[in-house]
Amino acid sequence: MSSADAKPPRSTSSRPPEGRLAENLVHFGRVLRTAGLSVGSDRIQLALQALQVAGLESRRDFKAVLAACLVDRAEHRLLFDQAFHIFWRDPDLLGRVLAMLLPQAPVAKAGTPPPENRRLAEALFPQPVAQASDDEPPEQLEIDAALSWSQREVLRQQDFETMTNAEWTQAKRLVRQLRPLFDARPSRRHRAAERGRIAWRATLRQEARSATLAPAREAPREQLAPLVVLADISGSMSRYSRMLLHLAHGLANPAEQRKAPRVHSFVFGTRLTPVTRLLKQRDPDLAISAVSRRVEDWSGGTRISDCMHQFNRQWARRVLSSDSTVLLITDGLEQGSEEDPRCERLAFEAQRLRLSCRRLLWLNPLLRFDGFEPRAAGIRALLPEVSRHLPAHNVASLQDLTQRLLCN
Amino acid sequence: MTTGLPQSIDDCAAALLAQGYVAQRELAATAFLALRLQRPLFLEGEPGTGKTEIAKVLAAMLDRPLLRLQCYEGLDLASSAYEWNYARQMLEIKLAGPESKAEQFFDRRFLIARPLLQALELPGPPVLLIDELDRADEPFEAFLLELLSEFQLSIPELGVIRAAEPPIVVVTSNRTREIHDAVKRRCLYHWVDFPDATRELQILRLRVPGASEALARQVVAFIQGLRRLDLYKLPGVAESIEWSRALLELDAVALDPATVQQTLGVLLKYQDDIARVQGSEAARLLEQVRLDVQR
Repeated sequence: MSSADAKPPRSTSSRPPEGRLAENLVHFGRVLRTAGLSVGSDRIQLALQALQVAGLESRRDFKAVLAACLVDRAEHRLLFDQAFHIFWRDPDLLGRVLAMLLPQAPVAKAGTPPPENRRLAEALFPQPVAQASDDEPPEQLEIDAALSWSQREVLRQQDFETMTNAEWTQAKRLVRQLRPLFDARPSRRHRAAERGRIAWRATLRQEARSATLAPAREAPREQLAPLVVLADISGSMSRYSRMLLHLAHGLANPAEQRKAPRVHSFVFGTRLTPVTRLLKQRDPDLAISAVSRRVEDWSGGTRISDCMHQFNRQWARRVLSSDSTVLLITDGLEQGSEEDPRCERLAFEAQRLRLSCRRLLWLNPLLRFDGFEPRAAGIRALLPEVSRHLPAHNVASLQDLTQRLLCN
Repeated sequence: MTTGLPQSIDDCAAALLAQGYVAQRELAATAFLALRLQRPLFLEGEPGTGKTEIAKVLAAMLDRPLLRLQCYEGLDLASSAYEWNYARQMLEIKLAGPESKAEQFFDRRFLIARPLLQALELPGPPVLLIDELDRADEPFEAFLLELLSEFQLSIPELGVIRAAEPPIVVVTSNRTREIHDAVKRRCLYHWVDFPDATRELQILRLRVPGASEALARQVVAFIQGLRRLDLYKLPGVAESIEWSRALLELDAVALDPATVQQTLGVLLKYQDDIARVQGSEAARLLEQVRLDVQR
């Protein structure tokens, strides 16, 4: 720390002082990792190599080189930029590299606003470290960081109980019965079979081994059509959220991995959150607590049209193909009346969604009431656009769903 | 070994420019590193931002052959990497008689090389473009892992074929789905974004030299305006070039509502988008363009 004041002369060689730079890079990597980027130690190694090849003449190239090595998805770019800006703040980079001991650099003093991103804030200002007495008190930092998220929605942790064994078996059975959601189609890949076209490669291998010419045959593999789950977790749906998440988890983790279809899951309330990766964990309780930690608007309001718009804009082309089934799980209670432009937009977005997939199925827990009439404006807007409108409030109705799908 | 490779990022940017490719600094840096560290270059971005183009330009710049593998759903070994020449093998079996050995029917002679294998065997080493990887399926991605990290292919009947010198690999994706992290980890990643106005103007000057400065400026301003709108499919650089050429064909010297109306189909590929932009929105944008260009 004491060397921080003594600026070394700017060296012209592109060889950085190895040790310190490597140390700082490792630390930077750790910050990025805590903020949610997947930066392994191999990438840090690569970055070091790259810096030696490209030199350290300018800050801009330094950043470009690090980005090339450490970022691997577009949405992490902003996070990276913020982290870079805070971490490598001093324009005199080489001098800084010599003299930097960043973990203890008091950020609040330097007048940089804390990052807007919450995960990044937590990564950069972790539990207070022991600091020299002339620094700002670490608590101060925490408050600063906290203030920057005060405008954000407050995280309301939904408390999920763990699943009982009975529930778990039931859910698994249920998911197995939901098979009709997936259509099997022949894929372009083949496997050995009794009958089908001649498999030349296998035939010749046999031939070369045993000199008997009996043609081996192959038939197309079956592939299940992909599924996209859009689950509403807003206040009016909170009673069902847990079960439906379990359903989504079951769909994403089928008993027979071999035949697993591609399932993408999203949850929405006032905003859309992709949860596909979180539901990939085999343990349902772990997966669902991961989702509940990620989601920031449990049981808040609903903005179906906004979320659907966001889905159509950002995800539809990435996760939907012409043979996808979309499972929309919501009660359709959009705020607003018939004349409200929001409902018009909802109809428009629903139509767009219908046009970009093969089937749009709507699971609606409100349908459990006998004599349910689609009176709410949101429901009326949605109805013309869905291929099927089905009840989904308990296990029985979901089993019923299987029947209906089979019947027509 | 590194003859002809650029020596620095500046060098790389200049060489790309000499080939008529105006690269963002970051793209030049990533491309430079890919060449120097012998890592595949993974380019992701909206359609029409110049991802495929860079592979062609790299090939021209380094004077290497370009091998292109266009991906599609169900792309398999036989059409991407290699295929045994069964007819010749059968003949060989028939001619060899009973005391032949199995190995002799699985010789390199009977292997038909497709782009991936060609990339390993061609001297010089070539530039291999794996285009729109997102259209292929996961099994193909998994198959690529060996090739991208070791520059080799394992053929069960034959053994491992390794490249004498690693080819320069460019992988592109339009992000119609996420590519697996295992693939990305082996590459250097760059998100190719839409260019800003300055860079786009530079591109138009290079690629459509016939267009007057005034028209090019208007085209760029109009398209930059379009990209700020909430459209389903934003026009890329390819579209701006295409549109400028279309306007030239129509002998337009400046943008006016009628011309824009007639040629919107060159820029926008969704009916919803065209309906949105037609009429008042286009007029508003044109007005904006007029003010911008006057400044």
